[in-house]
Amino acid sequence: MKRPLEGITVLEFSQYLAGPYAGLRLADLGARVIKIERPVKGDACRQLATKNMWSDGDSVLFHTINRNKESFTANLKNTEDVATVKTLIAHADVITHNFRPGIMLRLGLDFESVKAINPSIVYGEVSGYGEVGPWKDKPGQDLLAQSVSGLTWMSGNDESAPTPFGIAVADMICGTHLAQGLLAALVQQKRKGIGAKVSVSLLESILDFQFEGFTEFLNSGKLPKRSAIANAHPYLGAPYGIYQTADSAIAISMGDLAVLCESSGLKGMTDFYSTETQYENRDHIKARLVEHFKTQTTTVWLEILSPLNYWCSSVLGYEQLTQHDAYKILEMEQTLKRGENSSITTTRCPIRINGRKLHSATPAPVIGSANEQLIKEFNL
Amino acid sequence: MSKPLSGILVLDFTQFLSGPSATLRLHDLGARVIKVEHHKNGDLSRSIYANAFDIENESAFFQAINRGKESLRANLKDEKDLALITQIIKHADVVVNNFRPGVMTRLGLSFEDVAAVNPTIIYAEITGYGKEGPWANMPGQDLLLQAVSGLSQLSGADSDGHVPMGLAIADYLAGAQLVQGILAALLNDEATQVEVSMLEAILDFQFEPLTLYYQDKQAVVRGENNTAHSLVGAPYGLYKTADGYIALAMGAIVTLGELLDCKPLLAFTDPSTWFSKRDSIKTILAEHLVAQTSAYWLNILEPADIWCADVLNWQDLLAHDGFKVLNMVQTVSNIHNGKQVNYKTLRCPIRIDDKLLKSTLAAPSFGQHSVDIAAEFSSHS
Repeated sequence: MKRPLEGITVLEFSQYLAGPYAGLRLADLGARVIKIERPVKGDACRQLATKNMWSDGDSVLFHTINRNKESFTANLKNTEDVATVKTLIAHADVITHNFRPGIMLRLGLDFESVKAINPSIVYGEVSGYGEVGPWKDKPGQDLLAQSVSGLTWMSGNDESAPTPFGIAVADMICGTHLAQGLLAALVQQKRKGIGAKVSVSLLESILDFQFEGFTEFLNSGKLPKRSAIANAHPYLGAPYGIYQTADSAIAISMGDLAVLCESSGLKGMTDFYSTETQYENRDHIKARLVEHFKTQTTTVWLEILSPLNYWCSSVLGYEQLTQHDAYKILEMEQTLKRGENSSITTTRCPIRINGRKLHSATPAPVIGSANEQLIKEFNL
Repeated sequence: MSKPLSGILVLDFTQFLSGPSATLRLHDLGARVIKVEHHKNGDLSRSIYANAFDIENESAFFQAINRGKESLRANLKDEKDLALITQIIKHADVVVNNFRPGVMTRLGLSFEDVAAVNPTIIYAEITGYGKEGPWANMPGQDLLLQAVSGLSQLSGADSDGHVPMGLAIADYLAGAQLVQGILAALLNDEATQVEVSMLEAILDFQFEPLTLYYQDKQAVVRGENNTAHSLVGAPYGLYKTADGYIALAMGAIVTLGELLDCKPLLAFTDPSTWFSKRDSIKTILAEHLVAQTSAYWLNILEPADIWCADVLNWQDLLAHDGFKVLNMVQTVSNIHNGKQVNYKTLRCPIRIDDKLLKSTLAAPSFGQHSVDIAAEFSSHS
């Protein structure tokens, strides 16, 4: 099957997560993505192992983020190598980088210089907090971006400490926004023949993620308040939350509280059936639900609530999830082999095109593995 | 300024957050978005979404998600309305829906139906769990997606049990992925179907912990205190100070011990213990850091290039120059029932050619553009 970005070439100067995540998505959609890496060490993510997990000399993390790409090594402090990279740029459609402000200018690879080589280039850059202001030199790191953005006051219960999202959420969302901007600029390039610079930052991206509540805050002046019990969203009333049951847990989404209480046998709740009061009384209602749900197993509750179309579900860990038919039918996993001793099972692209799942068998590149090929191909 | 998607027309059948957040992004990048709303109820998030400040009796959440769009009130079971929809489809570049599987087919608006009318249409869909399998007809609601996908085991401490992420992350990410698919498909001149499910989007979001899980089959362990990421060792986390909280991301434990004058940390000379003993290290740090203010500690750590930050809420952030310089806030307006309505919201987070993508249009009132749209497209052939 032809993929939508076939024929597009991306040069990725980006490291770690945000920029390379955008590159991964473009690769899965059909683009040729070439990582430009410094000799020997390459993308610093190659050496950044979580849980000390490695494969064929690179961290599993690096394999996860950089599969389906090629690698070209160049020393950007060496003028000959910069000249070579500029030749590659002349053949590229997109470049991305996440160097700190000013570095690409010093290398002669800023947007204006690159545009002089390739006028229709789409030039993407990622920063932590934008290119000006008091935070411009602050490390563009996920937990720090979460912390200054207010995000840590959304999860966990009221009165408990601020609770970060336990994943690199600012990086992931920022990489997504980068891919969106690059693709919109490619659409413009196709329709109007012009290039563009696309800039995103971790902070603007993680604020955009909070745009609903932030709009409420900007106009009412009121800060979000987490519920004291079973918080799952600071703006939603009871019963919205996850509750312990006799054997595990159950997620109870929004719905008619009367249906929930009457069907499951929780008495004395009629005062709260009117939806207008279910936000202000959420802690009181949830306190009753906490005691109530403990009395039976998840299966018992689901057998009562599901036939009534009440929005609820069991709560799964990775083991239960990956054994479930609803997961297996997605065919979300793919196994990539790199040489004799390296085999990584990871996820596929979440987008389907014309009903087809986008799997790709190409593993993350060995550093510099495309040098020879690219030198030949582009007469470098 | 001409925006990159100027000239693109999007016909949007979506409601709530996942689909509408996608079409908001397309609008901000320059597309025209016609929002088709159920003739009686409209987008249900106009009224029943969240406990949020009302703007002209509609939720601030609805306003934030739907600004800049045009509203067309339509009965998709009425022939006359469907004829108008078909007229618009002929001129549209993108059609988006987030109905449950089967609904668009029953309306005569399946991908095949739409492609027959417009051979270059991009037909984009969001589902909860995909169109097949045992969950295909389960409600695609954010908390349920978090619950089944393993996501509620990543935040908070192990003893907290399940801790959902406190925003509609699966909705938001499904919308964001859909935008990528739509824009990629627009680069080709052929009818293309683009699908994203909330489940696949929220699994993609977990590609790091999932990939590790696929290799070692070990359940996620978050740790017991000052937790921020299950896969990262000390000091990664938030710490209470005398007057607030600070975040510590990266830093050698021994160096931290010296800088903070925290002697017990000096014993952790072996970096491999920073993960294996992270709870003990974090406990020592937590007991030490609570004695002084956030500013006191940041004044020591920042000059030493330790990756750290103050933990802010929105009020603190709004007052900070680091936020003001982003120029993120914009005021949008519309005439509702003859009355001018203005409100503040955030702009698009993407900058093009160093310019901010700002917009002045608020969300439409229900059916606000029905008459104009009918006139415009019935005169087209």
